[in-house]
Amino acid sequence: MAQQPVGMTFDPARFTDAIRTHGHNGAMGIRYVNHGDDWVELALDYDDRLIGNADTGVLASGPIFALMDMATSMAIWRRTNIFRPQATLDMRVDYLRPAVPGRTVFGRGECYRVTRRIAFVRGQAHDGDPADPVAHVAGTFMFTDE
Amino acid sequence: MTIQLPPYADFLRLTLVGEGDDLRVAMPAGDHVLGRPGFLHGGAITGLMEIAGMVALHRALGEDRPKVKPVNVTIDFMRGGRLVETFAQGSVTRIGNRIANVAIEAWQDDPERPIAAARMIMSLNRS
Repeated sequence: MAQQPVGMTFDPARFTDAIRTHGHNGAMGIRYVNHGDDWVELALDYDDRLIGNADTGVLASGPIFALMDMATSMAIWRRTNIFRPQATLDMRVDYLRPAVPGRTVFGRGECYRVTRRIAFVRGQAHDGDPADPVAHVAGTFMFTDE
Repeated sequence: MTIQLPPYADFLRLTLVGEGDDLRVAMPAGDHVLGRPGFLHGGAITGLMEIAGMVALHRALGEDRPKVKPVNVTIDFMRGGRLVETFAQGSVTRIGNRIANVAIEAWQDDPERPIAAARMIMSLNRS
C-alpha cells in the first residue's frame, strides 16, 4: 500500500484513489468518503461477488473486515499525519447484524491512541444509518519502522 | 459430504484440499489478495480464515443444518503473509444448542509456523 512516500503528509482521498486500481482493496472497489484529524470513512458498494450467503444475498463478513482494517489503518496515518509502514497485530470484529443486501456499507475507523510502537484503533460500520451499525471493531497496529 | 462455498469464496479463488481431518481451505496468491507491496491483505487472510471456520463447523454439524451467523471474530496476525499460496484450517471447540466456538489457523509453507490465528463465535438457529 506504499503508493505514498514514507514520511509524507497523509492524504486519505489521494491514497484511496491510488490503490483503487489494484490489490485487494481495488478488487473490492473500496472508496474514500470523508476524514477528520483522527478518523477516516470509506465505503464498500454492494457487489454480488462478495456475497457470503447465496440464499439471503447478505455480504460476507470478510469484506467488512477488510473495509474496517483499511479505515482504521488510514486513521492512524491521519492522527500522526505521516505515512509510516505498519502491520495489524490484532483485530476483533463484532458483527452486530447482517448488512441489508443492495446497500453500500460505510466504515469509519478512528485512531484513539498512539505510542512509540503501537497504535490503538476502533471503528463502526453501517449501511445508511450510523445509529444502527452493522459492525464494531477494536484492534492494534504496530509500526514496523521502529 | 458436500460443502457449498459462497460467491465470496470464489472471489478469493478458494478451493478445498485434503480430506477428513486434513481438510483445509487454500487461497492462491494474486493481485486480488494483495495489501501492501509484497504482502497479503489482512482482510483477505481473515476472509480465508472465516470460510475455513465455516467449513469446519459445517463438517462438525454433519446432517444437522441450523442457520449459521457469525457473531464475532478475533484475529491475531503473527507474521506478514507473503504472496504465496496460503492455507487455513478450522477446529470446532464446542457446538452447543445456540452457539458454536471455532478456532482457525492460517499458514503458508509450514503449518508449524502460522501467519495468523483466529477465534470465531457463531450463532446457530434451528427454529
